[in-house]
Amino acid sequence: MAENVVVGHDEVDLSRRKFLTTATVATGAVGAVFAAVPFISSWAPSERARALGAPAELDVSKIEQGQMAIVTWRRQPIYVVRRTPEMLGQLKGHDDLLKDKDSSESDQPPYAKNEYRARLPEVLVLIGTCTHLGCLPKQRFEAHSPEMGAYWPGGFFCPCHGSRFDLAGRVFNGSPASVNLKVPPYEYPSPLKLVVGVDETHKGAA
Amino acid sequence: MAEVQGPHSGKPPQRKGFWGWLNKRLPIEEFISSQLTGYYAPKNFNIWYFFGSLALLVLVLQLVTGIFLTMFYKPGEATSFDSVEYIMREVNFGWLIRYLHSTGASAFFIVVYLHMFRAFLYGSYKAPREMLWILGMLVYLALMAEAFMGYVLPWGNMSFWGAQVIVNLFSTIPAIGPPLVEWIRGDYGIADATLNRFFSLHVVAVPLALLLLVMLHLVALRQTGSNNPDGIEIKKKLAADGHPLDGIPFHPYYTVKDVFGVGVFFVLFTIVVFFVPTFGGLFLEGPNFEPANPMSTPEHIAPVWYFTPYYAILRAVPSQRMGALLMGLAVFAFFLMPWLDRSPVKSIRYKPFISKLALAIFAVSFVSLGYLGLQPAEGSYVMLARIFTVLYFAFFGLMPFYSRMGQPKPVPERVTYHAH
Amino acid sequence: MRIKVRALEALVCGVLLLASGTLFAAEADEGAAGAAQTNWKAWHADVDIANRDALQRGARNFMNYCVGCHSLKYERYSRLGQDLAIPPDLLDKYLLPPGDKATNYILTSMPAADGEAWFGKTPPDLSLMARARGTDYIYRLFKTFYVDPTRPTGANNLQLPAIAMPHVLSELEGLKKPVYKSVTKTGEDGKATTEQVFDHFEQVAPGRMNAEEYDGFLRDTVAFLSYVGEPAQIQRHSLGIWVVLFLLLFTWLAWLLKKEYWKDVH
Repeated sequence: MAENVVVGHDEVDLSRRKFLTTATVATGAVGAVFAAVPFISSWAPSERARALGAPAELDVSKIEQGQMAIVTWRRQPIYVVRRTPEMLGQLKGHDDLLKDKDSSESDQPPYAKNEYRARLPEVLVLIGTCTHLGCLPKQRFEAHSPEMGAYWPGGFFCPCHGSRFDLAGRVFNGSPASVNLKVPPYEYPSPLKLVVGVDETHKGAA
Repeated sequence: MAEVQGPHSGKPPQRKGFWGWLNKRLPIEEFISSQLTGYYAPKNFNIWYFFGSLALLVLVLQLVTGIFLTMFYKPGEATSFDSVEYIMREVNFGWLIRYLHSTGASAFFIVVYLHMFRAFLYGSYKAPREMLWILGMLVYLALMAEAFMGYVLPWGNMSFWGAQVIVNLFSTIPAIGPPLVEWIRGDYGIADATLNRFFSLHVVAVPLALLLLVMLHLVALRQTGSNNPDGIEIKKKLAADGHPLDGIPFHPYYTVKDVFGVGVFFVLFTIVVFFVPTFGGLFLEGPNFEPANPMSTPEHIAPVWYFTPYYAILRAVPSQRMGALLMGLAVFAFFLMPWLDRSPVKSIRYKPFISKLALAIFAVSFVSLGYLGLQPAEGSYVMLARIFTVLYFAFFGLMPFYSRMGQPKPVPERVTYHAH
Repeated sequence: MRIKVRALEALVCGVLLLASGTLFAAEADEGAAGAAQTNWKAWHADVDIANRDALQRGARNFMNYCVGCHSLKYERYSRLGQDLAIPPDLLDKYLLPPGDKATNYILTSMPAADGEAWFGKTPPDLSLMARARGTDYIYRLFKTFYVDPTRPTGANNLQLPAIAMPHVLSELEGLKKPVYKSVTKTGEDGKATTEQVFDHFEQVAPGRMNAEEYDGFLRDTVAFLSYVGEPAQIQRHSLGIWVVLFLLLFTWLAWLLKKEYWKDVH
């Protein structure tokens, strides 16, 4: 060290240096963390994303019996099926072919954890995204069709890797998908007026 | 393995564990010892010596905030302006990232101008530091290009018209002027094509150039070692251990001092960002909150404050061609400093009175031209701009003569230092 | 050495002062005329962005008098409700047009083409007007409308002469006419010229509000437009205080650290 810098160990208060260094570095680190917050936060969905993810509304009475309508909520397709009494009957009798007949593994709100997987038996509301790798399952509502097989009670077929789901979105054995199709939060503020994205625990976007 | 080890083996000491493994493969500890703990800087640095490290800090700040802005900004005539408002209103903390970037641009120039002025005070551009100075000037040019293009991106009315005026200057170049301007613009007037290419240059090309130039600038600095307020070469007087008598290790002394400098800078910087981000219309101009309108010019077209000294020189001359030429010369003159300054001493402290007067007049001229560049070119402003333009060029043009006039004071052998 | 530095500093300061004095003197020509006249150019809006009640009133005023022609296309109703603490049901009832979702942007129902046909110019979006021209400008605009039969709208304006916008607030402010004063000036060539210069306004017909009420109405609306120009400014101020205080603490510690280490250097 150059002669003008005198560092005799008896002269230098090493503990004070250590304390001040630690204090400054610690404060600086805290500052750095706080400074990172705005940048990290900027990646979270913006107000526009939240607005576009606002609840989707649908008048179910406009859907014909046995038909399916698709609305978008949070960039996902939502399948809304107006099930006929026959289709509701087709939900029984194949429990042994299902991986999770009671929907104990799958993701749905409490009011969809029943045999119909819906608030109203007549209306099925599902997130139309295959729980395997995310393709859109196609509707195959006709029972025992030659294409699907004699056992087929009607439901959905995913073209990507062959997963099959029944008319309540429950996954069949032999499918690459392991859980039933997801059910989004939804409610009926007035009869047959469906709002997807809002329920008792979800107050909606925006 | 029969390896020669120990202090005379010529090999670095064996280090243990992961640190040792790493240092065999990357010269990390060598870098630290040669650039930080083993790099000796003059001990008499004063306030003027903060601005180099602050410039580096602002560069990093602009890069980080710029990267994040690019995630949300959408370049294009139809989308730019709206996307900036999207950032300001709908992206979480977007307003903060934007203000950091806009204030950072002005802070960059404040810091760089003070950094350059230090060189003027202490002769830091003189031999053997000419390359350091030239590289620094190239950084300054790149910075001006970067700032100019960045200002166009929000596509406000001032963005548009400022670009229109400045790009049109190139039409004054004889013969190639008009086709050159059309080539720069990519269209018959400032348009979507111009905006998109400026976006690419501003986000990718010029930052890369800046990083390279800054790196070379630092390499040049390490090559010659730093100058100091007394203008003495500290390497001329060495201690027994081979280090300069008047030098102190950069780490911890200047790292610790620079951290304090960073603190002061951030206090001032955040006061602006959070309380006066437009800075009275100097950092963010009112007309730029209206979208670009080719059919309507703002009342006063003026560039952002950091360009106004040159803008004032441009307007001082009645002829557009001469004005543009003079403006170019005004910037180019800086490059010539190492060869214009014929003073036998480096630092203003030991130069005769006439040099001090010349520098003071230059400083006043530069600032006054800056003020005048912001005003409309009317009335007495016109005459004043001309007077200060003359003084500005006199500073450079007459320097080979007045720098040799008068009697310099005796330069001390050792630096003047008061404990602080 | 110290004295020489001081002398240099004094010299620089002196020259700078002299230069700035010369520059400011250049500007002094303008203010000389019209000492007794209404100096409307000096009126200030004095916006207090923290006054939430004023912002709420301003929002109501805007919806009642402005949104018929002017949009606020960067502001969502939901954001307005959030920032101004207006509960969703009140927002729905008083501010949201029927059929609109709360997340919609505040748009005007007037088609742009019609606006241009009726007024000669499409009424501009006002989201950024307070930032582009300033709150003082907007305040002065609405304080200086006057009756002018020569104009298609029957009104003119001191802040923006030949304004295309009709005097929409005349029902509140009433009507006023300008009173001019003859002013004789001696030009540079020695010749005397007389011209008519605006002196003050005279109320011609009363409005529903008196001068004080109208002034308050305007200040609320201008405050609201200032908020719309930059909704983040409220958060910006509150966050800023903490940031600066924290940085002052950090700088103080850094200062102590620096002093401690620099004891070594002699």
